[in-house]
Amino acid sequence: MNKFAIIMESVVKRFEDVVALDGVSFKVAKGELFGLLGPNGAGKTTTVNVLCGLLKPTSGSAFVGGYDVQKESAKVKELIGVCPQETAIYPYLTGAENVELFGNLYALDKNTLKARRDMLLVKMGLTQDAKRRVEKYSGGMKRRLSLILALIHDPQIIFLDEPTVGMDPQSRRAVWDFMGELKKEGKTIFLTTHYMEEAEALCDRVGIIDHGRLIAIDSPKELISKNEVKNLEEVFIKFTGRKIREEL
Amino acid sequence: MKFQRVAALTNKEVKKTVREPAVLFMIFLFPVVFVLAFGASFGGLGATQPVYTIGVVNMDQANIANYTQAFIGALSDTKILSVQVYGDNQTAQNDLSQGKIQAVMVIPSGFSQSLASYCAAPEDPSKWVNATVSLYLDKGSVVATQAMPPIIQRVITAFTGQNQQPASPISLQIASLIETRQVSAFEFMAPGMFTFASIFLIMMVAQSFTQDRENGMMKRIRITPTTSTEFMISQVLSYMLIALIQAIIVFAAVYLVGFKPNVEFSSYALAFILVLIFSLSNVGFGLITATVAKTSGAATGIAFLFVLPQLFLGTFVGASLSSSAQIVSKFVPSYYVTDALTSLLLRKAAATSPTILFDLTIVSASCIAILALGIILYAKYYKI
Repeated sequence: MNKFAIIMESVVKRFEDVVALDGVSFKVAKGELFGLLGPNGAGKTTTVNVLCGLLKPTSGSAFVGGYDVQKESAKVKELIGVCPQETAIYPYLTGAENVELFGNLYALDKNTLKARRDMLLVKMGLTQDAKRRVEKYSGGMKRRLSLILALIHDPQIIFLDEPTVGMDPQSRRAVWDFMGELKKEGKTIFLTTHYMEEAEALCDRVGIIDHGRLIAIDSPKELISKNEVKNLEEVFIKFTGRKIREEL
Repeated sequence: MKFQRVAALTNKEVKKTVREPAVLFMIFLFPVVFVLAFGASFGGLGATQPVYTIGVVNMDQANIANYTQAFIGALSDTKILSVQVYGDNQTAQNDLSQGKIQAVMVIPSGFSQSLASYCAAPEDPSKWVNATVSLYLDKGSVVATQAMPPIIQRVITAFTGQNQQPASPISLQIASLIETRQVSAFEFMAPGMFTFASIFLIMMVAQSFTQDRENGMMKRIRITPTTSTEFMISQVLSYMLIALIQAIIVFAAVYLVGFKPNVEFSSYALAFILVLIFSLSNVGFGLITATVAKTSGAATGIAFLFVLPQLFLGTFVGASLSSSAQIVSKFVPSYYVTDALTSLLLRKAAATSPTILFDLTIVSASCIAILALGIILYAKYYKI
């Protein structure tokens, strides 16, 4: 049995003259919480889009759950849950209706859908607001709801693209705790972030990406100790010569 | 294909239409308000003098002194009327009910005898043999009911002596209008209102697709196991449902205002089916617009490229079209929908009559082709 949930092999992705991914290779083990770090425009979202089958790589190959992302995308879609960077939710539906819509898109039966919906709304602290239209939600509430949509079908492999951007510290802490629970359940989590403290606190391993190239990959502790620095921020500075959030 | 997904997406799209005030206004309220205002202001205008086709049924076999043929010739000489002679009244009535001709005139058996009696004693009405010319008018044409009776009356007056005397042995009986009440200008426009309202779906579809693309929803749905077929079926179903609700609301509105066609249930059913089929082309045009437009704002503008021709060439707005515009109107689906609705609801044509079947065939073929083109183009440039 393959022990890797995600494999990327020499993936190149070009958008006309721009090279978004330049020969990226890595493997994520089953049950691992892997973080992809980098500034805006480094190639984090492109990596997620390639792994989800939304983008076709110019060259190279990607496997998720043992399936070729390009050739067996239907099987990959059954396995994964994706929380995209943009808060993609229907504003004219209520929170509960959004969750139910996505539960139905994953063809969950009525009872399972109801149970998962109620459980996730409780965990994300949205039960009280579930019957309100999303257009009236705060930014943090929308982010939490977006996370629920990604998890409604209980996926084995979860892609979280900057899941805590725009969240208040309390909401961010709640999401971190929830990610910890998912990891305990044996889920594989692929997290992109530019919050160094988030990566240090949560990830088993992190990859640092800049200008489409993966420049380092290891556990946070190893990266810090091998480079003789205090934190991941300094690791990034050591590799690139600049701070990760300068370009924000 | 899982019906659960199709139903969920259809439900979502309908909720969007009901809950978003701008969409709600554009789909349901705007067409009715616009139709009433625009129809009241411009419905009867016409810039050029058209030619009306009149069917003549000659029952006068005697044709004394060739009066009957001379009368028919006088009708043609008006340059406004194009005469088509029929052997029997039933055939002429069939063509009238299908909109092929605008009127039927029945020349009675004693017509030439009546004119002969008039010519023999023009000053002595007691010696005249009276005759009545029956005129049946196309109730689906505002010009037929308003313009043709005075034209024919003037021909009769001129034919009986070129004088201004009001007395004549020939009287004109306008059969359709005698038998039924006067049809208002509003009623002439009513069939076109159904088409008019549905056309605005183009804008809604285009905006919906571009908005979902802009806010990442399209991408999010693509990550789920939902297939392109399931997604497109849900979109088509939801807009057909919206078109049906829209048609019911428009029908209720025009009914309240005074449009109460006395036709069979099958005619109503076919009318709603026509509107549903027509909504397919609007989804197709919406998809073509969404393919070209990069943003929802641009989609609104580009949608007018499809909305306006359909609007002006194929709905009640086009009642006063020039002859060249009438030729162009044959290339827009809305023309055939309005024509079929007018035949069904105003002319009382049977659902199986050739004109209705012809319109239905054209509408079905063109709408399916436009929908297919829209799906192919959208899928080529944006994955669904």
